[in-house]
Amino acid sequence: MSGLAIQSVTKRFGDFNAVDDVSLSVPHGTFVCLLGPSGCGKTTLLRMIAGLEEPTAGAILLDGADITGVPTHKRSFGMVFQSLALFPHLSVGDNIAYALRIRGAPKDEQKKRADELLKLVHLPGFADRPVAKLSGGQRQRVAIARALALSPKLFLLDEPMSALDAKLRESMQVELRQLQQRLGITTIVVTHDQREAMTMADLVVVMGEGRIRQAAAPIEIYRKPADAFVADFIGSTNLLQASADSAGRATILGSAVAGLALPSGVAKASVSIRPEDVRLGAPGSGAVDGTVTFVRDLGATIETYVETAGTTIVAVTTPRERVDVAAGDKVGVILPAESCVVVKS
Amino acid sequence: MKREPPKTLADYTPLFFPAVMLIVFFVIPFSTMIAVSFFRRDPAGFYKPDFVFDNYARFLSLFFANILGFSLMLAVLVAIVCVVVAFPFTYLLTKQSRKVQTIWLVCLLSVLSLSEVIIGFAWSTLFSRTAGITNLAVWLGLMDKPVALLPSFGVVLTGMVYQALPYTILVLYPALVRLDPTLTEAARTLGSSPVRAFLNVVLPALRNTVVATLIMVFVFALGSYLLPQLLGRPQHWTLSVHITDQAIYQSNMPFAAAMAVFLVLISLALVGLTLLAGRRENAL
Amino acid sequence: MTGTILRRLGFFAVALFMALPLIVVAGVSVNEKQDLTFPPVGFSLSWYGQIFADPEWRRALISSLLLAVSAAAIAVAIALPLAWFLWRRIAPWANIFQLLGVAPFILPPVITALGLLTFWATSGLYGQPWTAAISHGIFFVTLPLVTLSLGFASIDRALVEAASTMGADDRTVLRTVVLPLILPYLVSGYAFAFVLSLNEYIVAYMTVGFTVETLPIKIFNALRYGYTPTMAAVSIFFVAIAAIVFGLIGRFGDIRKLLGAMGG
Repeated sequence: MSGLAIQSVTKRFGDFNAVDDVSLSVPHGTFVCLLGPSGCGKTTLLRMIAGLEEPTAGAILLDGADITGVPTHKRSFGMVFQSLALFPHLSVGDNIAYALRIRGAPKDEQKKRADELLKLVHLPGFADRPVAKLSGGQRQRVAIARALALSPKLFLLDEPMSALDAKLRESMQVELRQLQQRLGITTIVVTHDQREAMTMADLVVVMGEGRIRQAAAPIEIYRKPADAFVADFIGSTNLLQASADSAGRATILGSAVAGLALPSGVAKASVSIRPEDVRLGAPGSGAVDGTVTFVRDLGATIETYVETAGTTIVAVTTPRERVDVAAGDKVGVILPAESCVVVKS
Repeated sequence: MKREPPKTLADYTPLFFPAVMLIVFFVIPFSTMIAVSFFRRDPAGFYKPDFVFDNYARFLSLFFANILGFSLMLAVLVAIVCVVVAFPFTYLLTKQSRKVQTIWLVCLLSVLSLSEVIIGFAWSTLFSRTAGITNLAVWLGLMDKPVALLPSFGVVLTGMVYQALPYTILVLYPALVRLDPTLTEAARTLGSSPVRAFLNVVLPALRNTVVATLIMVFVFALGSYLLPQLLGRPQHWTLSVHITDQAIYQSNMPFAAAMAVFLVLISLALVGLTLLAGRRENAL
Repeated sequence: MTGTILRRLGFFAVALFMALPLIVVAGVSVNEKQDLTFPPVGFSLSWYGQIFADPEWRRALISSLLLAVSAAAIAVAIALPLAWFLWRRIAPWANIFQLLGVAPFILPPVITALGLLTFWATSGLYGQPWTAAISHGIFFVTLPLVTLSLGFASIDRALVEAASTMGADDRTVLRTVVLPLILPYLVSGYAFAFVLSLNEYIVAYMTVGFTVETLPIKIFNALRYGYTPTMAAVSIFFVAIAAIVFGLIGRFGDIRKLLGAMGG
């Protein structure tokens, strides 16, 4: 089988299961984002793939070969660290050529490869600069170039953008994705930023408490979150309690929602509806009525907070479809059934 | 790379040379010294192996009780003077620019590394009749003719403070440089003068550091072996001087060893106290 | 305003106190005649020439330099693998060796000196010149041990991990990453041990005092047989060496960090 396979991998630190029975298969050439809050085990999983941590149980296979016990320095994966870990005593060029140098490659070959990679990350002519003189974005690119020096089978990145400011981070995400597509290299990025994951990944793996909560394409994760944790973590959402009435229809906040049904045999569930899917109308026009408590006009979007029966529902609209309401107004909240996703709570 | 426990014998190899050196040339000599403290003196050689308590018994005389009392008193005095001068000085030093700090640290290290012989020589020159400070007084018309100010207790104390002051500053420096500056700034915004902020905020915050430094300087001063001899009279000789004297000039190694063991016990007890004080500080 | 003046005055007082004896010694060292007078009568640098010209002073200088060079090397040779091991491995019991390495510096020096005296006397090697080098190496092992421990602590472990992901084994990591990064700390540790060994009196005196004359021993002996301006010249020479060595560390390294200004 071509690609990376993680089979029932567990990592225990004392009594704590940092990674708990995780299985995942990553086809060759895929861009994967391990996404989750801090402490969810995503970095530990990445470090086990790199060989920097030893799994307590389970196996890691690459192209069908078991690499679980192979030491890091014999795996030859490219890795970018959160701190970037550029060698402060070496120049940019020597940092990039490090892997070649310790393998005894001739000087001119080292230089050629370094120049090649610098061009790839849009930093031509930087080879002789000291690392300390680089900006945050430049350091980022050098770290990426260095990790790619040996054309590795697997490209691993641990929160690579965390040191960059928001604007630079967005453009680097696009750049990294384009680079990965050009090289066709299997890439795994650890991040806690869902926008980053949505931007770059073919496959988003949402982790929580050491387990995989959902692994799917970004849009599927967004549209069909598997459970309340995923729904809440990916983007913002309205999580509403739903129950089945005697007729089998789903009711939310005491009112039946036409066209929505809970799975048979389920009396109570959570329903996730994205703020941009919630619409507001005149009182009585929607499933429930409520009172506007706050309007946040962000220019590009407008967020309206509506309180209904003790629950706050957020609706997001664009200025064009603006509903002219102010705090204190009574409104009807429309919850289109096709946008409601029943999730495990 | 993770820190991991050594697994194979090969993992221990880096430890081999340091361990052998430290055991053979520190632990064994130290043990030898303890053993010798129970031996008998041999006027013809170094010692005769034996197991007697004479050396310790001799130490318990009034004469040596006086020496011990004087040594402790002198060391306490040096420690207090040094900390009283060094604490505000170091505090102000940490407020200076990096460059000024670096220059001061270089100078302090240079003085600290000076041989006790040179410090003794320098102060005995400074207080001598021919080249001493009194010549300056004569030149200014304050005195008729230059006089020698030593040997005297005051000069011994001055010399030892000179030796211990850079040490004190360098011991205090890390604690003071890491002191949160917002602490005094907060006090200042509440209306304290800089001096009051220093006395009411900085000093209490570092109470344990001050205690630990006092003890460290005290042990350091206990170790002074030449200055009392070069700058003072025989009654100003400390335990360290007597140990040297007994070992080298009186050829009584066993007695010197017994005194040294005693000195170790005092020092260890005090260093232990320092560690305790340090731990309490960290717990806060 | 008064605060600034008071602060300046305080700095000046401490500086004067630190410098005064050295100023007097410097003055004495340039006397024209063989007298210890201050202010100096006449001006002559011939006493500095004496350090190198006079065979006895020259021999003492060479002994001191040889001792300091080899003692500092021994101290570093002990401290480097020990500090590396403590950084690389989880072995709490190995901290006992760190304690042993620091002990000679914390305890009154006369204790280490007497311990080594009894040891060399018992082993029958008393008076051999090389015993002083080992004795000083042990006595000053604290200095490189402290600077190197600081150096290792300042290495981001991700650097080592990065090297290993690029194919470096333990030994290659040590050679290409760890050693270059701790080199400044190694040099500082060596320099500290060198300068202190150069100035050390009691351990040298107790171990080889009757067979080898180092400069501090020579000054002490000269003190007892009468003062000469050469002693003053040697003292100033020593102050200069220390100032140059520490000045270089201050110029090219971070002396504030070495003295615990950050981390620790």
